[in-house]
Amino acid sequence: MDRFIEDKTTKVPVKLEGQEKKLDFMELKTGGFIKQRQKDLFAVRLRCPGGRMSTDKLVEVARIAHRYSKKSVVHFSFRQSLEILYVDYKDFDAMIGEITKIGMKVASCGPRVRVPTACGGCEYNPNGLTDTQGLADMVDKKYFGTPTHHKFKISFSGCPIDCARTREMDLGFQGVVEPEWDEPPCTGCTICSEACKEDAIQSDPDTGKPIYDAKKCIWCGDCIRACPTGAWRAKRYGHLVRLGGKHGRHPVEAREVALFVPDEKVPAVIERTIEWYLANGIRGERVAKTIVRVGLDNYLKFMEPVFEGSALVGRAEKEAV
Amino acid sequence: MSALKADAVLDLRGVLCPMNFVKAKLKLEGMDSGQVLEIVLDSGEPIQNVPKSIKEEGHRIVEVKKEDDHFRLKIEKGQ
Ligand code: HEM
Ligand code: HEM
Ligand code: SF4
Ligand code: SF4
Ligand code: SF4
Repeated sequence: MDRFIEDKTTKVPVKLEGQEKKLDFMELKTGGFIKQRQKDLFAVRLRCPGGRMSTDKLVEVARIAHRYSKKSVVHFSFRQSLEILYVDYKDFDAMIGEITKIGMKVASCGPRVRVPTACGGCEYNPNGLTDTQGLADMVDKKYFGTPTHHKFKISFSGCPIDCARTREMDLGFQGVVEPEWDEPPCTGCTICSEACKEDAIQSDPDTGKPIYDAKKCIWCGDCIRACPTGAWRAKRYGHLVRLGGKHGRHPVEAREVALFVPDEKVPAVIERTIEWYLANGIRGERVAKTIVRVGLDNYLKFMEPVFEGSALVGRAEKEAV
Repeated sequence: MSALKADAVLDLRGVLCPMNFVKAKLKLEGMDSGQVLEIVLDSGEPIQNVPKSIKEEGHRIVEVKKEDDHFRLKIEKGQ
């Protein structure tokens, strides 16, 4: 059984972009080529921000995958990108040519901003509050590949259900809506208190009208959607920003750092966060560790020009308020 | 003190999501706009989900009554 014995050779001669080169497996990985267990074979990870692709491209990708995968298989990765498996390194040149021609790109590994992930968001998901797909596309175009101390993963969830797992990201943006209640239209029907799954709304025993507990509210908007009269309305939409989560062998849950950050501030949050990470982190250290070493206060202070009033000092303090 | 007279009634107690909504939707499709459908929904998931879907389809919930562990809703069909 040689299943667990790895091929330690990392350098092989190969023709890349028409030139004879020594191809370094470790270098290749930074470009989204991942060496498989099998000799000479690689998984090629495509760049699919938010896990979205036009059907035109998908048809072309399928054709390319069918031609170059020695086993005719692809894998939908856990970060939403499509991996073409069992690609012979000798075919890289031709295959990359075809991938480039259809306007697709290869993903990356290593210490840099990765392909952003996102759920469907408000475009078509019933619970969605934010345009997660539009934002993921923006992040991919603007920040993909930016060098950092370690991998830097960004994701967008459209609501507090958090399908895109912003809690496990270096930087995550989760949609929120602040509900606001207006007495006149309310008929005291009690539907909102039934609709709220967080026990944040009790019905007044006499009138049936809502008694709202802001401390329990997670800003999902179920009350707004359920209210038949429009007495519950959306006061404002925005993002709950999370920092310093990670997955891997030792998962860390991200800290909540700001609330109701509007769409237009997302780029500034990303830029200044990376600036802080580059200045305060050390090589090979995820943001999660930097926070512990340098302190979250240091980060929040640095972010003040961007977060302004929206900074959070964590759920515990929110509850103490 | 039911002010509104229902043109049709659908008892959806015991019908699970999303079939309770689908049944209400099918019933509404057979009615004229402005007509009123009365439905009975269990509390819990059905009352959390069905009213918002009805609103999203452009109908109006014009009356809601809570009765023990269920709700009686009157829905006015939209355009
Ligand atoms: C030959 C080298 C490598 C192979 C074959 C490899 C393969 C993979 C694959 C297939 C995944 C799952 C991706 C997905 O489903 O989306 C993954 C995830 C992951 N990779 Fe690698 N990778 C390699 C190098 C690295 C390196 C160099 C690092 C760290 C610097 C790394 C850290 C991780 C971590 C932490 C995950 C967990 C997923 C996550 O956090 O989202 N890998 N890797
Ligand atoms: C014995 C009969 C039926 C069974 C067991 C059944 C079962 C189901 C199930 C399991 C789902 C998926 C639920 C989910 O995704 O969570 C579903 C969805 C649906 N069914 Fe049925 N169904 C039945 C009859 C019907 C009939 C008669 C119609 C229409 C005339 C219908 C229309 C639909 C529609 C439109 C959906 C999608 C609802 C949505 O996406 O929200 N079904 N059904
Ligand atoms: S996070 Fe919310 S909006 Fe996004 S897919 Fe999940 S439920 Fe839908
Ligand atoms: S926004 Fe969500 S958690 Fe807050 S009160 Fe409304 S239903 Fe409850
Ligand atoms: S759902 Fe709307 S109308 Fe009914 S009690 Fe709540 S706020 Fe009032």
